[in-house]
Amino acid sequence: MRTVYDETDVRRTIATLTDRIAAAFSGEALLNIVGIRTRGEVLARRLAEKLAGRGFAKIGRGVLDITLYRDDLSEIGPRPLVRPTEIHIDMDGHPLLLVDDVLFTGRSIRAALNALSDFGRPGAVRLAVLVDRGGRELPIAPDFTGLMLKDVPKDHRVNVKLKEIDGRDEILVEPRG
Amino acid sequence: MDQPPENRWTRRHLLSLEALSKAEIEFLLDTADSFKEVSTRSIKKVPALRGRVVVNAFFEDSTRTRTSFTLAASRLSADVIDFSEKGSSVSKGETLIDTARNIEAMGVDILVLRHPAAGAAELLARTVKCSVVNAGDGAHEHPTQGLLDLYTIRERFGRVAGLKVAIVGDIANSRVARSNLWSLTKLGAEVIMVGPPTLLPRSFESLGARCVHDFDSIIGEVDVINMLRVQFERIKSSQFPSVREFTRLFGLTSERFSRCKPDVFVMHPGPMNRGIEISSTIADGPNSGILTQVANGLAVRMAVLYLVTAASV
Repeated sequence: MRTVYDETDVRRTIATLTDRIAAAFSGEALLNIVGIRTRGEVLARRLAEKLAGRGFAKIGRGVLDITLYRDDLSEIGPRPLVRPTEIHIDMDGHPLLLVDDVLFTGRSIRAALNALSDFGRPGAVRLAVLVDRGGRELPIAPDFTGLMLKDVPKDHRVNVKLKEIDGRDEILVEPRG
Repeated sequence: MDQPPENRWTRRHLLSLEALSKAEIEFLLDTADSFKEVSTRSIKKVPALRGRVVVNAFFEDSTRTRTSFTLAASRLSADVIDFSEKGSSVSKGETLIDTARNIEAMGVDILVLRHPAAGAAELLARTVKCSVVNAGDGAHEHPTQGLLDLYTIRERFGRVAGLKVAIVGDIANSRVARSNLWSLTKLGAEVIMVGPPTLLPRSFESLGARCVHDFDSIIGEVDVINMLRVQFERIKSSQFPSVREFTRLFGLTSERFSRCKPDVFVMHPGPMNRGIEISSTIADGPNSGILTQVANGLAVRMAVLYLVTAASV
């Protein structure tokens, strides 16, 4: 199993993801792109910039903090910092692209969908993830995937590092703990 | 995501601000920032405390604090039960601990307690298994008021460190003054307590405050003035000469206000005695943060209720 993907791999993966998204949406209509904190937010920003460069003229941007919507909130111990959600977009009736770094159990996406419904009713919600590592616990599937990692054991985690937060672009598959 | 340990909240109770570190206070204020956004949504509710029960146990009168806690709990999707002393078994002679244990036995997650005795919340926290939030205990502390004052000051000035804050009036009987003092000094503000010698114990100096008896001597140098309510129900007649004399010496009158810094921020924890400790034109004027304090109180209390329910600590 490959465990390290470097900057070139990440660049290529984001390019693949951008191609797939660009092919699926119309550049003329409003497209809202909402990232899930923390690394989904950064990815959403990068995707929005790339799509704008390809002629997507109307892009709305938002950031979602899903902490308060997690289904394991009563089980997690010390409280992590809740950061503000920033959704100031015309959401109703327009397509919305939800962006996260890694798709695993699907529970974060469930929480994000619940959070979104408190803000409005998008015409359609699509899901873009940089890495799909399998292991779903809910009936949730991505619409756009950058990198598919099929054989990651459950006790390993997929760590996406991004320049804006971590100083470098990298994907690492590591044992948990 | 892994976060450094200072980015986590680990307390099950909120009993006083004296016990909190600077980092914990800032964590609380930052959390309140995120909760403020919830109140701007069209659906002003998040599921964070769904299935949890919050009991408001108030052994003293309160409008603001009680309503604020109730609303905060319901915005977090918790169920709220109001318990008041009047018409309860407390009037039959039940002790505080027995009352609390009985309430807890019904499956309560958070007990919000307002009580006339200093230390009541602390006592309950040692006795019951649920989380306890102090909503005012005698003249000891009123932590959520201290936090919302701090939040409002930070929001107004963008910082707390370096500000000069005057807390004026009936210091001796004020739990707000104590919570203000602890939290403001921890975040680097200078606190000046102002009041007549009978209502301003010298002991406050050893807690880090400057104490003055002449309001006019510091009026031009402060950035924030927090006017405390004259607590007629607690003041002994010997401490307090006359209302008129108090207003003349320690009231925030228009004349006195004219000598303040132009951007001075005026606060009051409420309820106000208009015309006694603060004049109406100032309370309702552009320098007043009084209603902002109330609005921020909701976000701060949401943050507190959310944080103390952390499991397995």
